[in-house]
Amino acid sequence: MSERWETVIGLEVHVELSTKSKIFCACSTTFGGSPNTHCCPVCMGLPGTLPVLNQKVLEYAVRAGLALNCTIDRETRFDRKNYFYPDLPKAYQISQLYRPIARGGYVDITADGVSKRIRIHEMHMEEDAGKLIHSDYGHETYPDYNRAGVPLLEIVSEPDFRSGAEVLAYLEKIRSLFTYLGISDCKMQEGSMRADVNLSVRRAGDAAFGTRTETKNINSLRAIEHAIESERSRQIHVLSNGGTVVQETRHWNDDTKTSTAMRSKENAPDYRYFPEPDLPVIHIDEAFLQSARDSLPEFAEARQARFVSEYALPDNDAARLTVRRETAELFEALVSHGAKPRDAANWLIVHVPHVLKTLSADAESMNVDAAELAELIRRTESGTVSRPDALQVLEALLSAAEPFRVADYIKNHGMSIDNDEGALEDVIQRVIAANPKAVSEYHSGKTKAIGFLIGQAMKELKGKSTPATVHERMEAALQ
Amino acid sequence: MEILDLTAVELGERIRRRELSAPEALEAVYGAFRARDRNWNAYTAFEIDPARTAAQHAQTLLDSGETLSPLAGVPVGIKDNISVRACLTTCASRILRDYRAPFDATAVRKLKDAGLVPAGTLNMDEFAMGSTSETSCYGAVRNPWNRGHVPGGSSGGAAAAVAARECVCALGSDTGGSVRQPASYCGVTGFKPSYGRVSRYGLIAYGSSLDQIGTLARDVRDCAALLDVIAGADAMDATSVTFPDAGFLGALSGDIHGLRVGVPEECFGDGVETDVGERVEAALDELQRAGAELVPLRLPFIRYAVPVYYILATAEASSNLSRFDGVKYGYRAEHYTTMEELYTRSRSEGFGKEVQKRILLGTFVLSSGYYDAYYNKALKLRQTLVDGFAEAFGRCDVIASPVSPTTAPALGASLSDPLKMYLSDVFTVPANLAGLPGLSVPCGFDRQGLPVGLQLLGAAGADSTVLNAGHAYQLVTDWHKRRPQHSEEVSGNV
Repeated sequence: MSERWETVIGLEVHVELSTKSKIFCACSTTFGGSPNTHCCPVCMGLPGTLPVLNQKVLEYAVRAGLALNCTIDRETRFDRKNYFYPDLPKAYQISQLYRPIARGGYVDITADGVSKRIRIHEMHMEEDAGKLIHSDYGHETYPDYNRAGVPLLEIVSEPDFRSGAEVLAYLEKIRSLFTYLGISDCKMQEGSMRADVNLSVRRAGDAAFGTRTETKNINSLRAIEHAIESERSRQIHVLSNGGTVVQETRHWNDDTKTSTAMRSKENAPDYRYFPEPDLPVIHIDEAFLQSARDSLPEFAEARQARFVSEYALPDNDAARLTVRRETAELFEALVSHGAKPRDAANWLIVHVPHVLKTLSADAESMNVDAAELAELIRRTESGTVSRPDALQVLEALLSAAEPFRVADYIKNHGMSIDNDEGALEDVIQRVIAANPKAVSEYHSGKTKAIGFLIGQAMKELKGKSTPATVHERMEAALQ
Repeated sequence: MEILDLTAVELGERIRRRELSAPEALEAVYGAFRARDRNWNAYTAFEIDPARTAAQHAQTLLDSGETLSPLAGVPVGIKDNISVRACLTTCASRILRDYRAPFDATAVRKLKDAGLVPAGTLNMDEFAMGSTSETSCYGAVRNPWNRGHVPGGSSGGAAAAVAARECVCALGSDTGGSVRQPASYCGVTGFKPSYGRVSRYGLIAYGSSLDQIGTLARDVRDCAALLDVIAGADAMDATSVTFPDAGFLGALSGDIHGLRVGVPEECFGDGVETDVGERVEAALDELQRAGAELVPLRLPFIRYAVPVYYILATAEASSNLSRFDGVKYGYRAEHYTTMEELYTRSRSEGFGKEVQKRILLGTFVLSSGYYDAYYNKALKLRQTLVDGFAEAFGRCDVIASPVSPTTAPALGASLSDPLKMYLSDVFTVPANLAGLPGLSVPCGFDRQGLPVGLQLLGAAGADSTVLNAGHAYQLVTDWHKRRPQHSEEVSGNV
């Protein structure tokens, strides 16, 4: 039986803002740190303390709302969301329900080659909770409030997604917008970007949505794909067997690649939201809004078009370079340090991802000195370092704990091609002399035979020259 | 006991003239506490070491010749819900019984910076929830005018200590009348500033949109001098405000010629005890003789004030008090097996009955399905009150009324009839809902010999106008100079 099913997904994405201090106090937002060292009476919720809004958070939120094509509420305010949990020091989270900062936006995505508009229901500001550390021995649990009070934006989409690919494209798009804005690094594995998935299925052609579930605790892009596929199959299985989907919250377990029911709608907590009396209503005036509009950066699409015209890059390459702001900026830095645009693009699209993969590292945490990388690219492309050596240097560059000079590294590892014309000529003459059969084939018109001769010469040169140089010399010698 | 008969301004002047030192003033207060507080139970704690350090610090400042507040060196009692660094700050609750604040409330920091001396922690209704100071986990406070009666609440310890000369002046807090009503019941002067005038940072919240730190003292001059020290916008409190006026003590001219005193008919009718009504009307006559003009008013909207107040205050309280969960500090139940049990047992054992009642009420009015019917409706009515007062203050400068419809009830009488207790807040809660400054000044006694208080309200920000009206009244009357008799002799049980 092959009934056709449609998946309907809505997302709640949480993004940690990269402000230096927390949303309602002056504590550092730095990730990590010994437990409870980035805390003060305010973010610990001690009796008598009061929140004071970090103006940077408001500024970031307004810029994010504009980037998501939302309407900014000119009179926004905070609400309290009340629930008991040991990671929540005040037993309420300061969030926004009634007057969120932004509403009614959209982003355009491309998934599987198809463009699509995803509508944003609303976006609001809130504080993060702390986290609980469970003891390895015994049953103790310890709260760590370092993360409590780190500013978050929550972006709630309409149920516009029909596939996991669309969800990934959307997350990548938000990541692109927010990193371009410089308001978040959107790193899923550090928890600075998290997504809850609301999913239902319906038979193809049905007008009404099915009953949805919400899956939480999804911590990577790959986990989202798995979680969507798993929940989709589960619901189809239930419905195909005549059952009904229960509206509930489910908890994703990435080790088992399955989700389990956390609580049903009947047990859903009543958060008793009400306006936060400790924070006055925020009035956003036209001047503030205008300066936020003026501060919006050149986003990916615009930069892509500029790369095509300014650096004569193929559209496809320009697109790949501009998905992430860091990549686009690194590209322009490489060019400004003397790398040719085509070379720099090629390295960032081919070599760098390849080496990162062999290092099991990811682009998000890549940190490389643009001047040194440009130096390596220039030397490689001008033929003074062989390509295999260059990739070894690149690997060192991308995994180095301490920065180093590419020039020193090449010298110390004897990788420099000395361009000793005499030595190169010797090798070429020896190879010609030792392979008369190939030489005569070449002269009889089988020009492909030169490939064999170049290979022999390269072997003898042990990488001390480049195929392009050897090709040129070999051709000249055979004339 | 001469020192303790002085007003704060007089005491400050003697200290400035080197007739007394700050440590001597502190020891006088501490001595009175040790000798007599068993009669009133006005204090929850008196940690003398930090107070002595503060007094020494004040004396050093005075000796350095620095220009300080006229109150430099004066000891100030602090209500048990205002944080004093390293001192017990318990809200008279079992759930915070061992809690020491790791920081000073902004008002306390300002006192210390100005050379005043936080001295002793004053008893109160648990978490400021009550009008009698009977719900304290340290036991009820007694009224110095009659031990069989309550001192009012929730700042009952502060009012009783000032009345009984165990304290020169004090900081209290007023969410629905908690400074003004005990001041009235104990025959002292109490002032609640405009909302936002004094930073709430460090005041342990009851109803955040209503709470305001206020002053209790012998007279209006003392209240004004204290307000000069503690007022001002604070970077730690987003709801604090800088109002254009300043220099409250200096602004007390005592001249009220042409001052328009609104007299709302709703505050002089049914439900007001005859003695109270007569004393307050006599006070209005005094004001008129001093040059004020009486303006009859109707404030029909104030009948909404009590229900609106009990919805909003308890809603906010249910959220504010959630943090007391036994996890991080304060009381934790001894026996529990699950996290849920840790919460429920710690809170059930740590909070008293009145607090639990108000948390439940507040939780209810915010619950899904009831929010619009209660909380939202109350918010709208609150706006009606704000607008109504704004309109009324177009026609008058201050509004006069009794502070409370009755004088201090007998111990135990209110808690057995809580609805009556709630309704007795009818004249005080409107000021909190509308953010207005409110003053309570003594204006006589009922036939039992219990004090009666006159309330003067002003428009938001018009604190000086209100204080000056009260000061003018005290220039022509001496009710505020009366002191309870027998306060030395009474001891032991009732």
